[in-house]
Amino acid sequence: MLEAIRRSPRLQRLLLIGPAVAIVVVFMLLPLGLMAYVSFLERGQYGGVIWDQYTVEAYVGFFFERDFLDNLVVNTDYVSIYLRSFLLSLLTTVIALAVGFPVALYIALQPPSRRKLLVFLVTIPFWTNLLVRNYAWILLLRTNGLIDQWAQGLGLTDQSISILYTPAAIAIGLTYSYLPFMVLPIYASLEKLDFRLVEAAYDLYATRLQALRRVVVPLSLPGIAAGCTLVFIPCLGAYVTPELLGGSKELMIGNLIQLQFGASRNWPLGSALAFTLLAFVLLAMLVYLLRFRKLPE
Amino acid sequence: MDIRRFPGTRFATWVFFLYLYLPIVILIALSFNENRSATIWTGFTTDWYVQVMNNGDILNAAKNSLIVALWATVIATCAATFAALGMARRRFKGQTAVSGVLAMPLVVPEIVTAVASLLFFILVGFDLGLLTVVVAHTVFCIPFAYLPIRARIEGMDPRLGEAAADLYADEMRTFLRVTLPLLWPGILAGAMLAFIISLDDFVITYFVAGAGATTLPVYIFGAIRIGISPEVNAISSLMLIVSLLFVSLSTLLTWWAGRRGAA
Repeated sequence: MLEAIRRSPRLQRLLLIGPAVAIVVVFMLLPLGLMAYVSFLERGQYGGVIWDQYTVEAYVGFFFERDFLDNLVVNTDYVSIYLRSFLLSLLTTVIALAVGFPVALYIALQPPSRRKLLVFLVTIPFWTNLLVRNYAWILLLRTNGLIDQWAQGLGLTDQSISILYTPAAIAIGLTYSYLPFMVLPIYASLEKLDFRLVEAAYDLYATRLQALRRVVVPLSLPGIAAGCTLVFIPCLGAYVTPELLGGSKELMIGNLIQLQFGASRNWPLGSALAFTLLAFVLLAMLVYLLRFRKLPE
Repeated sequence: MDIRRFPGTRFATWVFFLYLYLPIVILIALSFNENRSATIWTGFTTDWYVQVMNNGDILNAAKNSLIVALWATVIATCAATFAALGMARRRFKGQTAVSGVLAMPLVVPEIVTAVASLLFFILVGFDLGLLTVVVAHTVFCIPFAYLPIRARIEGMDPRLGEAAADLYADEMRTFLRVTLPLLWPGILAGAMLAFIISLDDFVITYFVAGAGATTLPVYIFGAIRIGISPEVNAISSLMLIVSLLFVSLSTLLTWWAGRRGAA
């Protein structure tokens, strides 16, 4: 046995790679397949599912609901939650790009030792607890919270401004949560940029803005695309931020999915919603990969 | 004009770091606030930390978090190290597919993974508890442990292994005396990242933890739902500080190892 392993590099490779791949396949790929399967099952009366009853009810239920005469009536509730999630994710991506690009540019133009430190400072928040970081924003945004106190102290307003539990609060929280994902890939592509090209642009009488628009931005496009993908995707599936900062009215896809496994006990619908979300995410990844090929690192 | 300067970017960077760190600093500052109403500063106290340390539920949740993180880290890091070693050898058919599978936990939204895992455990008949949490954590810890180890191998000089072979070391000896010592910082950095990711995870844990397996983030979530309080500030600050320490250590380790050659 041992002799066989020693002699066959292929067997060695299989034994080395096997465990990690097996763990991911059995406990992630398989469950995802199961989830897709459940989305086509009939819902059990008291939650759960009926195993041999296949139906597309869950997907129909995404757009329609049945009234008391069992007729299908258009139901925009779920679609509007999906729409809201898309818009909020898009908004967050745009804000993150607007803030992230100048920051990435600044860091890329620093001396190497300083760059390292700044990049480290950008990554730190990613490794701290997402829940805790969003909780910190409750302290800032709530009525009579710190932002309220400061605004009143500065005389900007005399009554309290309530930002918490609005879409604006969600956008702030999402931007806060995923902004580093925008800065890092843009920085990575700017760092490799040959700044003699910018110099050449200036020699050809380009203004700063022209050099930026015609040279720097086009050359950092792969980084910008990676950054936008990396911000947009987790926003779309966000659960914690809308749960804490959006309150009970401003649901996003993540909260809607959770509800189906909690209070509503509708597993097929929850699975269908999750599967649809996954499809959108994979689509976004695919668009990115086809256009810019390399996996984000 | 200085071509390496773009006006405004410096200011944007300052604002950016302020935005990034101000909430964290404020949270930690408020955890030392004497006032119960949480956002009005009246004086310095460490009472809330004392209360946290005497709260049985919190200590139990912390214990669960540590158990899960330790198991998940050990299993994921071992699997990731083997995988990285296997992937570093000669290229093979299907290598891209294997990379894709190993990166999957990073791509699939957490909420989807959470739902799928919950369904899987229920339908297969696993009782929800610490074991299911450990399993789910191991899965998403694998890529976090794998990537730094893989990067370390990529940075290694293959001539070192050849040199060992020239000096009549067999494969096992080469691995133990050359490869492993060089790989060690990568493994340690990967393990630390896996540990911190496991310790911090909320969404997946929230779905697959049964009643008895509350971890610290799940406990904090429940407490936030009830309302903001100085105790929540204190326990949240503690979590932040632990994460900060681990990440700093992991990063310093990588820098230090990078400077010591090999890379």
